Amino acid sequence: MQIARVIGDVVATRKDEQLNGIKLLLVQPLTPAREPAGRPLVAVDAVGAGVGEEVFFVRGKEASFPFYPDAEPPVDAGIVGIIDHWDLG
Amino acid sequence: MQIAKVIGTVVSTQKHRKFEGAKLLLVQPLSVDDTPRGTAFLAIDGVGAGVNEKVLVVLEGRAAGEALGRKAAPVDAAIVGIIDSIEVATERGGG
Repeated sequence: MQIARVIGDVVATRKDEQLNGIKLLLVQPLTPAREPAGRPLVAVDAVGAGVGEEVFFVRGKEASFPFYPDAEPPVDAGIVGIIDHWDLG
Repeated sequence: MQIAKVIGTVVSTQKHRKFEGAKLLLVQPLSVDDTPRGTAFLAIDGVGAGVNEKVLVVLEGRAAGEALGRKAAPVDAAIVGIIDSIEVATERGGG
């Protein structure tokens, strides 16, 4: 999983029907020092995250697991947690 | 698998239910000469690792789910071992 900040919402009206009702968010991956790490990407939201929050997201088909068995959305990134804080040792 | 160093801990109250009770650690991938390589990421801890330890990390969903002991968990990385030592064989034959 990677840490990221939610930097936007994505709206798509015409889409795969398995994506209906699923929130799409734009996330910027971060380093532990909160520097941007690579390009922003679109992730589905499985935890009710919002813009400005620091989250962690999973890559790959596992991003669709939170939506089973109701849907099997064709996605490759999904937010699975909102981060309260992290501590560097 | 990848070699990484545990560099921190993460606290998350609001998370997917399959993460309940799981320990999340920040890990920094390392080269064989111990230099950091790429961006640190989060891994499920399956072995009781701690900060500053050198660990073995799987980067694959099914394997990470096995380490967590939960099927169909939305995870993609897990610590599956604590590394005692790594011996890199020196190149033979000169050349």
